[in-house]
Amino acid sequence: MNKEYVNINGKNVLLEGEKNLLEVIRKAKIELPTFCYHSELSVYGACRLCIVEIEKMGIQASCSITPKAGMKVKTHTGQLREMRKVFMELLLANNHTDCTTCAKSTHCRLQELASKMGVKDVRFKRSKTHYPVDNSNPSIVRDPDKCILCGDCVRACAELQGIGAIDFANRGAKTIVQPAFGKNLDKVECVYCGLCANVCPTGAITVKNDVEQVWKAVNDPKKKVIAQIAPAVRVAIGEMFNIPSGEVTTGKIVAALNRIGFDRVFDTSFAADMTVLEEANEFLERKAKGENLPIMTSCCPAWVKYAEQYFPDLLNHLSTCKSPQQMFGAVSRKILPEQLGVSNEDIYTVSIMPCTAKKFEAGRGEFAVDGLPDVQAVLTTKELGQMIREAGIDFENIEPEALDMPLGFKTGAGVIFGVTGGVSEAVLRYAAEKVTGKTLDECDFHEVRGPENTKIAELEVGEVKLKLAIVHGLANAKKIAEEIRAGKCDYDIVEVMSCPGGCVSGAGQPEGWTTETTAKRTAGIYRNDKQLQLHKSQDNPFLTKCYDDCFDGEIGGHKAHHTLHTGYSSRKRMSDMDFSVTESNSEAAVKVRVCVGTSCYLKGSQKLMHELLDRLEAENITDVDVKATFCFEKCDSGPNVRINDKVISACNIDKLMAELNNHLAKSK
Amino acid sequence: MIKTIDDLKKACQSYTDAAAKVGKRIVVCAGTGCVANGSNEVRDALVKAIEANGVKAMVEFKPCEDGTVHVSGSGCQGFCQVGPLVTVYPEGFFYTHVKAEDAAEIVTETVINGKPVERLLYVDPATREKKETTDDVVFYARQNRLILGECGQIDPEDIGEYFAIGGYQAACKAYTEMTPKEVCDEVQKSGLRGRGGGGFLTGLKWNLTLVEKNEKKYVICNGDEGDPGAFMDRSLMEGNPHRVLEGCMIAARAIEADEIYIYVRAEYPLAVQRVRKAAVDAEAKGIFGDDIFGTGKSIKCTVMEGAGAFVCGEETALIASIEGQRGMPRPKPPFPAQKGLWDKPTVINNVETLATIPYIISNGAETFRSVGTETSPGTKTFALTGHVANAGLIEVPFGTKLREIVFDIGGGITDDSGNIMEDGFKAVQVGGPSGGCLTKDHLDLPLDFDSLQSIGAMVGSGGLVVMNKNTCMIKIAHFFMQFAQNESCGKCVPCREGTRQMLMLLEDIIEGRADMQTIEKLEVLARSVKFGSLCGLGKTAPNPVLTTLQLFRDEYDAHVIDGYCPAGQCKALAKPEIIAELCKGCSACAKKCPVDAISGEIKKPYKIDVDKCIKCGTCADVCKFDAIVGVK
Repeated sequence: MNKEYVNINGKNVLLEGEKNLLEVIRKAKIELPTFCYHSELSVYGACRLCIVEIEKMGIQASCSITPKAGMKVKTHTGQLREMRKVFMELLLANNHTDCTTCAKSTHCRLQELASKMGVKDVRFKRSKTHYPVDNSNPSIVRDPDKCILCGDCVRACAELQGIGAIDFANRGAKTIVQPAFGKNLDKVECVYCGLCANVCPTGAITVKNDVEQVWKAVNDPKKKVIAQIAPAVRVAIGEMFNIPSGEVTTGKIVAALNRIGFDRVFDTSFAADMTVLEEANEFLERKAKGENLPIMTSCCPAWVKYAEQYFPDLLNHLSTCKSPQQMFGAVSRKILPEQLGVSNEDIYTVSIMPCTAKKFEAGRGEFAVDGLPDVQAVLTTKELGQMIREAGIDFENIEPEALDMPLGFKTGAGVIFGVTGGVSEAVLRYAAEKVTGKTLDECDFHEVRGPENTKIAELEVGEVKLKLAIVHGLANAKKIAEEIRAGKCDYDIVEVMSCPGGCVSGAGQPEGWTTETTAKRTAGIYRNDKQLQLHKSQDNPFLTKCYDDCFDGEIGGHKAHHTLHTGYSSRKRMSDMDFSVTESNSEAAVKVRVCVGTSCYLKGSQKLMHELLDRLEAENITDVDVKATFCFEKCDSGPNVRINDKVISACNIDKLMAELNNHLAKSK
Repeated sequence: MIKTIDDLKKACQSYTDAAAKVGKRIVVCAGTGCVANGSNEVRDALVKAIEANGVKAMVEFKPCEDGTVHVSGSGCQGFCQVGPLVTVYPEGFFYTHVKAEDAAEIVTETVINGKPVERLLYVDPATREKKETTDDVVFYARQNRLILGECGQIDPEDIGEYFAIGGYQAACKAYTEMTPKEVCDEVQKSGLRGRGGGGFLTGLKWNLTLVEKNEKKYVICNGDEGDPGAFMDRSLMEGNPHRVLEGCMIAARAIEADEIYIYVRAEYPLAVQRVRKAAVDAEAKGIFGDDIFGTGKSIKCTVMEGAGAFVCGEETALIASIEGQRGMPRPKPPFPAQKGLWDKPTVINNVETLATIPYIISNGAETFRSVGTETSPGTKTFALTGHVANAGLIEVPFGTKLREIVFDIGGGITDDSGNIMEDGFKAVQVGGPSGGCLTKDHLDLPLDFDSLQSIGAMVGSGGLVVMNKNTCMIKIAHFFMQFAQNESCGKCVPCREGTRQMLMLLEDIIEGRADMQTIEKLEVLARSVKFGSLCGLGKTAPNPVLTTLQLFRDEYDAHVIDGYCPAGQCKALAKPEIIAELCKGCSACAKKCPVDAISGEIKKPYKIDVDKCIKCGTCADVCKFDAIVGVK
């Protein structure tokens, strides 16, 4: 095939299947500014900063143009420069530009691009409308005053997580990104995954900062402050201190935490090893009984909340194991008071997580005993970096120190939890030995590795055939869950991580999420697995001792269950809330439920219900129980009416009566 | 059910036969304007009066006894200003400002005796002569109502009346005698250009969609007309919905689509209702549905109400809106022809464009081309409003000169009270918020797509707002910019933020806060928004500013440099003045003036020293004779 070129600023650039002209230009090492372009999201074309001049096509946004051979493109003509500056100034005129105190200061793209483009003066009037800050939830802070409406968050939430907790509202200058009806995030279906904050170029969506309360505990002489470090943190925090992405910095983190004043520094991977034993055991039990399969992982708190909201009927599939963070919290409460010689009230557990949803998870009521949460504070990787900076610690050059024992000892299996496929692999490393009774020498399962957002792996462990689905991104999880709901799948294990690539690209990590950094951090995690002496959770000697001391040495036993397992409950907001409009007739052969939710109501369901009642009376039909109810989640095709189990969409009185008569005829 | 071409012909014939038996036919305009003025009551009163005279009357058109009087409600006839309109055929007596009380007289004089009711006839404002029929009324005589004509003739809610004038025969021809390619080519040959604003060749668009290989394709009729003052599409949908449907059908045939969406502006309830009824009636008659005209082809038609946003008239935003998304434009390409509704190849045409199609298919491309100009063939409807004697909906061939529209059809310029204002012409805003201004230098410009584009304006959807000399062009630019800002979808930076800043700059000029930098900023912004916006609405939003800056620069300079508004409309720039004729010389103002700017002799008109005046307005507050202006 002939090679094809695009001419950029006089130089020919080879086309290699790039999706759009912007990628070609960037490949040619010309960095056009963008806000609304994200390689993992759909093209939006709104910020208009990537404009270029194309011969015969005029000025176009390069992100929205398919590159064609022979195109002649200029990127920095006088007019383009003028326009870009104008757009930048327009954004600045409509932005709270109080940079010094902003959470995003020094890594805000608005700040960066304004400086790169040499914008020294804003010619236009400041025109900011003031909106309140949404501080309603434990994980994410929304400050619409800092929003530039690039829509990255909106698309990330809808396209990758399949939720759409936030969207655009209003028109023109009043446009704003917000949850439905201007509610706060805690009142909508947000799962606190933080992906929105991860892609936000400015300080409009940021992660809630809990650094102050941790400092307070550290400075409190009565408190024993202990830390647990999640696997993904060690391969990312270095990015904040000139250390390349993916380099394992566990020892430096320990040293820094010790300097800050933590009393003990442990590893969440210890608890992850414990999760492996519990979850694998739970799986094998279910597999033997053939019930509640596939087992779905429950380590990811955003996924758990998602499942509780959208798939309450599948909660029996979720593993009852607490997440490693919460197992750690529960076990530390059992072991540490004695070891440290203090009461539980004086132990202050901080987890260092790559994740924003962990903040929410730590606050869930079931993870507290007598009001004392198992984990008191959750810091993200970035917040820890901030503490290290504030303490003036030279992280880059600090000598590594060792983790404290016993909760600081882990195997490689506990570390690979940080990447997609990791939980599955760790479980397989245990299950394979358990099933076959033989020692597993080669314990890498490459079938479950890789960046694809949905991986299906089929493998044999001894005599047992296993089929696994490993997904990241809740939109992909939704597809699998729907398959399960429809009874159309034969998976044994389904691993779900909300963040693309797993915890390594969590919203609490330093840089914004890109596929490149995700790959580097992932490689770092697998390298760390190799560096460690042990790779299988069951080989962890401290873990064995812990089971002996606390759980009668029994994996999945009664005591272990009490401490290490949990339950879930439906968060579906619309449950069966029928209310009678006629005398209740529970004996009736046909049950009619008319949706009177907002959408159906607006489409005339109320009127329809009255018509129905009139007809029933006129035709003297008595064997029918009519109730009003809420939302069948088919708002787009309302009004909806359910007759027994059948939902009739776009219903009118004729359709309704016809179906009703059918049912009545059948019942006779 | 109409299943073959013969069925259709028989249906048409039966209605034509019925029409031959009708005695008098009274057409009462039932367009929105006339209905608002009581035309429905007029219609009822007419029926009663006819029956009171012992004559049979019918409202719904059907086979009848000889001599029955048919009282038909028509769609908008365009001359809303003098409605309710009643026309009595066959004489064609044209009555204006008709009230229910007039019904008895119309029946006895015209229906029974065949004579006109003199007092209800139209009076030419210029000559004061009474005109018996629309042929003599200049407003109509100078028009060429190829598309709108039937609107004023037939009852839009009666499919029978549409059959009676040969309805759906063009669609039948397209389905039974022509291949899809032939339909596309015929339309392309006709040179028909999209009436919604862009002026893209309709036939070419169809051909581009026809070549796309896909099992599923869609036709969308864009009835989300939103330009302030424009109501061409509304009139068509209200006045002749079947013609719009027929156009959609032919488009579906042309691109091999089997599903039509008609997206009607929600603020047009009557249009929604009539198009819906038309679609239901067409399906009941077998025009829509399966096996159309025995060809085995199907058509499913869905009528949707708009989402209430101006931007939903933009084709990609409209598609998003049908899909249930927020109405925001998407980047093009891909064009709807390749990836439209639900990512399927889609043709999306404006109402007027589609209503033109049956004419082209019936009469051929050549006949269509005989009207209009070489590059803009055919006719165009315009909504003529503003400072003009005859306001209303008009249809003229492309290439008609602005002078003819304003002074002949429009009857000349008026002042704010509606009196003819000799030499009062200042400008015409054409094409709504996306268009631009034309001045007296353009009076002899033939109106078509290319000539307008050459001077930075556009046909747009066809709004023509005539302005007299008392109009401040900065305020006009401000008005349209306010509209653009309110209706911007908020997606792209230039349109969302740029229009907001332009609006503030125009406000500065109107409020007297501007300097030369204001105009410079305005120019820079207008350019950037024009070339940088994502969709057509943003790209054209600065047009009112750009054209006024170009054509009325002196007016901008007057506001900014000299600090006054030549049209006297901008209060902040008004010169303080005591009107001598009104001033009684009471001295109350001089006593209250805090800076001693007012002086004079008792009982003689006082004067204000403009240089001293701080425009606090105290004097005007105390003046009992409203003699002081320009101080607030």
